[in-house]
Amino acid sequence: MNYFMILYLLGWVMNIMSLCLALPVCVGLYFGEAQWKMYALVMLISLAIGVLLTVRKPKRSVFYAKDGFVTVGLSWIGLSLVGALPFTLTGEIPFYLDAVFESASGFTTTGASILTDVEALCHCSLFWRSFTHWIGGMGVLVFLLAIVPLAGGGSSMQLMKAESPGPSVGKLVPKVRYTAFILYAIYFAMTLLEIVLLLAGGMPLFDSVTTAFGTAGTGGFAIHNASIGFYKSYYLQGVVTVFMILFGVNFSVYYLLLLKRFGQALKSEELRWYLGIISFAVICITLNIYKLNYGGKLFPAFHNAAFSVASIISTTGFATADFNSWPQLSKLILVILMFIGASAGSTGGGIKVSRIILLVKSSLREISSVIHPRGVKIVKLDKKRIDHETLRGTTSFFVVCMLVFVISAFLVSLDGHDMTTSLTAVAATMNNIGPGLELVGPTGNYSSFSPLSKIILIFDMLAGRLEYFPMLVLFSPTTWKGTFGAVKRRIIWKKKTMRQKVK
Amino acid sequence: MNIIIVGCGKVGSALAEQLADDGHDITVIDTNAEAIRRVTETADVMGIVGNGAVHLVQQEAGIRYADLFIVMTNSDELNLLCCMIAKRASDCKTIARVRNPVYITESSFIKEKLGISMIINPELVAASEMARLFSIPSAIEVDTFERGRIELLKTEVPEKSPIAGVQIKSALGKLSGRILICAVERGDKVIIPTGDDTIYAGDKISFITTHKDGTQFFKKAGIANEHLRSVIIVGGGKIAVYLTQKLCEYGFKVKVIEKDKAQCEYLNSILPANVLIIHGDGSDQRLLLEEGISEADGFASITDIDEENIMLSLYVGSNFSAKTVTKINKLNFEGIIDRLPIGSVVYPKNITAELILSYVRALTNSAGSSSIQTLYNIIGGKAQALEFKVKSESEVVGTPLSQLRIRRNVLICCIGRGGKMIIPSGQDSIKIGDTVVVVTTDKDLNDLSDILS
Repeated sequence: MNYFMILYLLGWVMNIMSLCLALPVCVGLYFGEAQWKMYALVMLISLAIGVLLTVRKPKRSVFYAKDGFVTVGLSWIGLSLVGALPFTLTGEIPFYLDAVFESASGFTTTGASILTDVEALCHCSLFWRSFTHWIGGMGVLVFLLAIVPLAGGGSSMQLMKAESPGPSVGKLVPKVRYTAFILYAIYFAMTLLEIVLLLAGGMPLFDSVTTAFGTAGTGGFAIHNASIGFYKSYYLQGVVTVFMILFGVNFSVYYLLLLKRFGQALKSEELRWYLGIISFAVICITLNIYKLNYGGKLFPAFHNAAFSVASIISTTGFATADFNSWPQLSKLILVILMFIGASAGSTGGGIKVSRIILLVKSSLREISSVIHPRGVKIVKLDKKRIDHETLRGTTSFFVVCMLVFVISAFLVSLDGHDMTTSLTAVAATMNNIGPGLELVGPTGNYSSFSPLSKIILIFDMLAGRLEYFPMLVLFSPTTWKGTFGAVKRRIIWKKKTMRQKVK
Repeated sequence: MNIIIVGCGKVGSALAEQLADDGHDITVIDTNAEAIRRVTETADVMGIVGNGAVHLVQQEAGIRYADLFIVMTNSDELNLLCCMIAKRASDCKTIARVRNPVYITESSFIKEKLGISMIINPELVAASEMARLFSIPSAIEVDTFERGRIELLKTEVPEKSPIAGVQIKSALGKLSGRILICAVERGDKVIIPTGDDTIYAGDKISFITTHKDGTQFFKKAGIANEHLRSVIIVGGGKIAVYLTQKLCEYGFKVKVIEKDKAQCEYLNSILPANVLIIHGDGSDQRLLLEEGISEADGFASITDIDEENIMLSLYVGSNFSAKTVTKINKLNFEGIIDRLPIGSVVYPKNITAELILSYVRALTNSAGSSSIQTLYNIIGGKAQALEFKVKSESEVVGTPLSQLRIRRNVLICCIGRGGKMIIPSGQDSIKIGDTVVVVTTDKDLNDLSDILS
């Protein structure tokens, strides 16, 4: 492994972190809150670490898939740990583990909170919480790729692959750097559009910005205890609904639209399935709840069903209604949507619609191969052949996802909560949604879990955001096997060559 | 520049990597998904799986915005077809690899009628380079400029040479030769020397000269440079055909050893009658001795297997006096291979890439005041030698060289004017119509005026 390059990249991540922390400092100064000093302190700490690691660029900048995974895994852990410092230093979340939970939940765009009263936080902390969603949504390393020219041929693609969601991450344009740049440009433009539309509906500026950040990253931290339900306006809630769905769409669709290749963009199979699943879920839930919960009024039922479905499938986690009080069928549909998740190449989490399509198609193929043992059938997506590697990757992704779910659920159940709470808490964190059902429902929070469960859930959030493999690679002993020996040999070799040079 | 490369074989992927490093936007197309995966992992390029001759695939690769379309698949016909379709789809320049000797003879007709900008035959270029190496036996590397009038030669300084252990300025005085030493390799180090640097025995020096002056230099510097008469070639592929033809033109006696009976018969049918074709295994020591390897002046190992070529050259180089030339297709351990006592090494893949790179550089700079004629990666890729044709007025034209503020890692080696070669001094200046050869360790020169700091 190229240890020097990994450290160098971590240094850059820290530099970007300090850049991001400058924003809450400004917010604090604007609102005249004393907490800005703590944010400035953390900003300096992370800048110091960053500068220390990036003063010297390693000579060998090439690295491989494994190094990319390790870098991404370590970066995200680093982000969560440093991002949690201000919460503890300001005294708003005194227990550091809780602060890490909150910060990991922010960066991974989960939106699960341990806070019982969000409104008690100062403006800088509220802003920081929402801003972590925005950075985490598209990814820190993607941002890094867009602004820092990192030489090393195809190496930088390894970072992008490790951080971006989807069964096969492709480029929009030949260069990684411009691909990253285009993604961020689209992301930024759409966020800005949402802010403007929210402002037009009469939402205050601070609320619009934080809400837009929460939507864009498909995060879900709101600045009011009642989440988006606080704004009693169909318009505002409608705007958020639409944007949640939009941010759950593969960004390459938007790129195709920009290139005016409308036909190709709208023919995307994943987009059609995604919209199809949403429509189906909305109709089912509306019919299920309009009599029981909304006294036969169709429009509010439809509105809240659409909002909740959009919020869950895009893995955002905003809420307007307490879906915990809905009938079992609706709740079940929402739990299924949690696992399906958004589209590949979007800012959302979950298994991803394209993987579901591939899983369904390859299962159908297996069935058909039992009926026609000599039949030959190729799995296609968007009329293109999906190679065996990708299919295998998709299947193993699903299995890993289920394993993580089962093991985490087992460990979290040790707390003794009811089964629905434990299961949905794990599902809602590993799929980066936020609210689950019962205790962790839209009106509840995660404060009642034990420290062990919180650590498990933090791991689930990070693993889910990075699509499991980076975190599993990072924590698998074989990755690090021989590291000590390699470093030792390297030092001996250096000394030897130095001695030879002296001679 | 937007460049599309079809075919990700050895040459295609090497090209993609180098052009991407030069900062171009590269899209590669190949039918083999595995090949695409490999290239996109090592180079910053976009890959598309598909047939490059299909218009839809070309469209997906963005043919509309492409400036250059390079086809490097294994089939000549497919390469030509790809170029024709690309040419119809957009206004890009096209480069095709064509290796069949039958098509090569009519390459100018193909270029003109099919609108193809450049046709490359890697075997032919490799063979030309080998032939040059045999015609200047003491040179390890030979690169030529101005249609062969100016040569860039690399040679090793022997133990008892009068120039060993002497400062460059006094060495040149001793030899009274019109040469310019542009690089000195000592172990892993490369020095772009000044007059005060000293040359030691065992150094590899690269110098610019004309053919006549070079021969004189070798004589005076005590470097054996006797004309070769007989050459043994092991491996009877396409390169062997071209190489034999060229060597026969120069008057060499050539023996070709080839394993395959049918291929031997084919060679015998197309090669001149005085070429001796031997059916046998070239890696058989006894066969080599029997065929007079101990008396041969030159030896070329150009079989399809790199390892075999290296072994053969090692054997011949360490036991006999023949000058050896080794072909290496695939192996990529240049630092190591250069240190082996196997004489000159020719990489057909790199020669092809160099040709295309110089074409791309010239195309990038088509609006500039000068154009790149040729480009060579010298000294194992650590430096580049470029030949510029001065087309119009610019800052560098007309001013004495001593008054130009030239970059640190750039050396103006020679100026070609009206068929003559000038080794420039401070008083000389560049004129319009000149050919200027520059050696540099920076790899971003597109125009002659880029040499200014």
